[in-house]
Amino acid sequence: MYSETLKQSIKAVEAAREKNIAYEPARMTAKEKEDLLAAYHPDYKQDQFETLKIGPNKGEKVPCELAEMLEAHSRITSDAVDLSTPDYDVDVLIIGGGGAGASAAIEADEAGAKTMIVTKLRIGDANTMMAEGGIQAADKPNDSPAIHFLDAFGGGHFAAKRELLHKLVNDAPEAILWLNELGVEFDKAPDGTMITTHGGGTSRKRMHAAKDYSGAEIMRTLRDEVLNRKIPVVDFTAAIELILDDKGNAAGAVLMNMETKELLVARAKTVIIATGGAGRMHYQGFPTSNHYGATADGLVLGYRAGAKLLYADTLQYHPTGAAYPEQIFGALVTEKVRSLGAKLINADGEVFMHPLETRDVSAASIIRECTTRGKGVETGMGLGVWLDTPMIEKIGGEGTIERRIPAMMRMFGKYGIDIRKEPIIVYPTLHYQNGGLDIDDTCMSTGEENLFVAGEAVGGIHGRNRLMGNSLLDIIVFGRSAGKNAAAKSREVSLGALTLSHIDAFDKERTAAGIETDAVSPKLLPRYTHGNAKLK
Amino acid sequence: MESMVTIYLFGKKYEVPENLTIMCAMEYAGYQLVRGCGCRNGFCGACATIYRIKGDTELKTCLACQTKVENDMYIATLPFFPLVKKEFDIENVTVSEQIMMQLYPEIYACVGCNACTKSCTQDLNVMQYIAYAQRGEFEKCAEESFDCVMCGVCSSRCPAGISHPQVAMLARRLNGKYLAPKTAHLTDRVQEIKDGTFTELLEVLMQKPIEEMKELYNHREIEK
Repeated sequence: MYSETLKQSIKAVEAAREKNIAYEPARMTAKEKEDLLAAYHPDYKQDQFETLKIGPNKGEKVPCELAEMLEAHSRITSDAVDLSTPDYDVDVLIIGGGGAGASAAIEADEAGAKTMIVTKLRIGDANTMMAEGGIQAADKPNDSPAIHFLDAFGGGHFAAKRELLHKLVNDAPEAILWLNELGVEFDKAPDGTMITTHGGGTSRKRMHAAKDYSGAEIMRTLRDEVLNRKIPVVDFTAAIELILDDKGNAAGAVLMNMETKELLVARAKTVIIATGGAGRMHYQGFPTSNHYGATADGLVLGYRAGAKLLYADTLQYHPTGAAYPEQIFGALVTEKVRSLGAKLINADGEVFMHPLETRDVSAASIIRECTTRGKGVETGMGLGVWLDTPMIEKIGGEGTIERRIPAMMRMFGKYGIDIRKEPIIVYPTLHYQNGGLDIDDTCMSTGEENLFVAGEAVGGIHGRNRLMGNSLLDIIVFGRSAGKNAAAKSREVSLGALTLSHIDAFDKERTAAGIETDAVSPKLLPRYTHGNAKLK
Repeated sequence: MESMVTIYLFGKKYEVPENLTIMCAMEYAGYQLVRGCGCRNGFCGACATIYRIKGDTELKTCLACQTKVENDMYIATLPFFPLVKKEFDIENVTVSEQIMMQLYPEIYACVGCNACTKSCTQDLNVMQYIAYAQRGEFEKCAEESFDCVMCGVCSSRCPAGISHPQVAMLARRLNGKYLAPKTAHLTDRVQEIKDGTFTELLEVLMQKPIEEMKELYNHREIEK
């Protein structure tokens, strides 16, 4: 339910609706975008970044909150566990039970490797589950992997590692087919043609979806397949430190039961980090659309063991996080809302930008509208802009919202807002970790042998910004690839004695750099108290 | 000062701000959640919750992350429910009601009490989708159950011991793989890629200097 003040503001949006639907705002020029980003995008706020003093990326900048975790102490000492009697002994150890981890597990199992998933919550508790909008693949006749490549490369500011992006776009149609053959229910026309739409920054309509439960539909199907294959899933158990062998290669992980705190040892010939993103680090105090467990664990584990990071200084702020009501503050409002025709409107009822610019440009544009331009809508919790959802029903016909974005309708409906009749208020929310661990095109870390990485924990696939629908795609493409390659590599590996000596080495480096900190990492879970001053 | 309400977490009394969700109210009370908390956005089904308002006889169910606290709410979370998940080989199944009879015969013991539907945290017509599953109408079962987050509340209320979310999961996979129309343009494209149709085009882009890539990108044609 909107307050009286907001209802007044809605009147301006309603009055201009017909005109705004007809109005086709110009897209920004390259120069306009560049200037806008430099002035308003959070990635450009220098005082929010810190230079790493130790580790493989020494001298490079990362968000302050991440620097603290990367340079922190391990949760254990190097002699905390007996490495000679492992509790689990497998070919491929997968850390993380989201879309990338599950895809990797299915392929590693398919290749005959003894595979295990360890995850700090449940399998499927992941950002994959919450991806609403869709998954890209150039499978229509007017499209091609080359056009997809150009869209993603430009959208990522020409910074993607080209060999990774090549893999992403070239393997995309097969990834969709693989999912479909597993039983994922894509939106299709009666003749089987995929119903596809635009996303921000796409030049062809190549967004495949399963209503606005795209990620959930993919995740629950992958989870079901992992269970069908009887692949062991050790849940409520976090990996808190990688184990190396005497050659310095990845050889397992120390695990911690999240409830009993019991420590366990998993030995493995190859390890796949598929731990996902970092929204729950709340960089720069932003709310997040991310899952409860998104705390950059994999980056910390890899970094301490010698794996390099790439573009860890770049985050994605999704332009349309819910800014009202308070109960869903920061929750994702899928980009599909704009794909279906809803435009962004300021407090004066004006369309202030093309609704399908790339995410970083859209986020920066909304921040500008709410700051220097002074045309934001005051919600009582801060500012936002209108996203005029009723336009969708006018453009696509009555029933479009219920048919195409039922989760959005449900989310707002619970708080008395009917998005078919009333617009919603949005503001950027911390959404995606563009950077992560640096890998080669076999998904192996460039700094650590036998360590593979897939999904959001990878850096470099998308460059410095990611297009909608390319991360659901990357978890499938790189998850599958990591699973296959880690399984193949495990056949060649003969493990030496296990060690945690890298913890001591890292401690020495920290001391030598003069860093004084009490912090321990990985963070594993955030702590919320919602303003209760009595709680520490 | 924000207004407060009284709630009872597992029977214990707490005063919490009235604008919080049940999940946030638990955190306000001092809980550090490990169980019963997942996406915090209504998609993952981790936070199934059962509550009763003091004095009411009706037992209500919800997702803790999606539901505001109310005064005199007695709350018990259901972070895990032992659903029965039967394994099957998706490549080798017969798509008929036979598969349901084999894997989930208990669905035919449904007594029609409708407790599943009444308890659904997503307001789905659960009993109806089970009826479709009984008849082998997988497409209808898939559509009716599509928004299921597999929280398990329905199964906790079922006198016949049915694991409704798993039944629906099976139906959706059968529908997605076998019953939904095949996509010709997708299989064609996969074949074209295997045949190397785009190899050269992509190779060119792999080599092009950044300035030329910028030119191409800034002047690319955008489908209306």
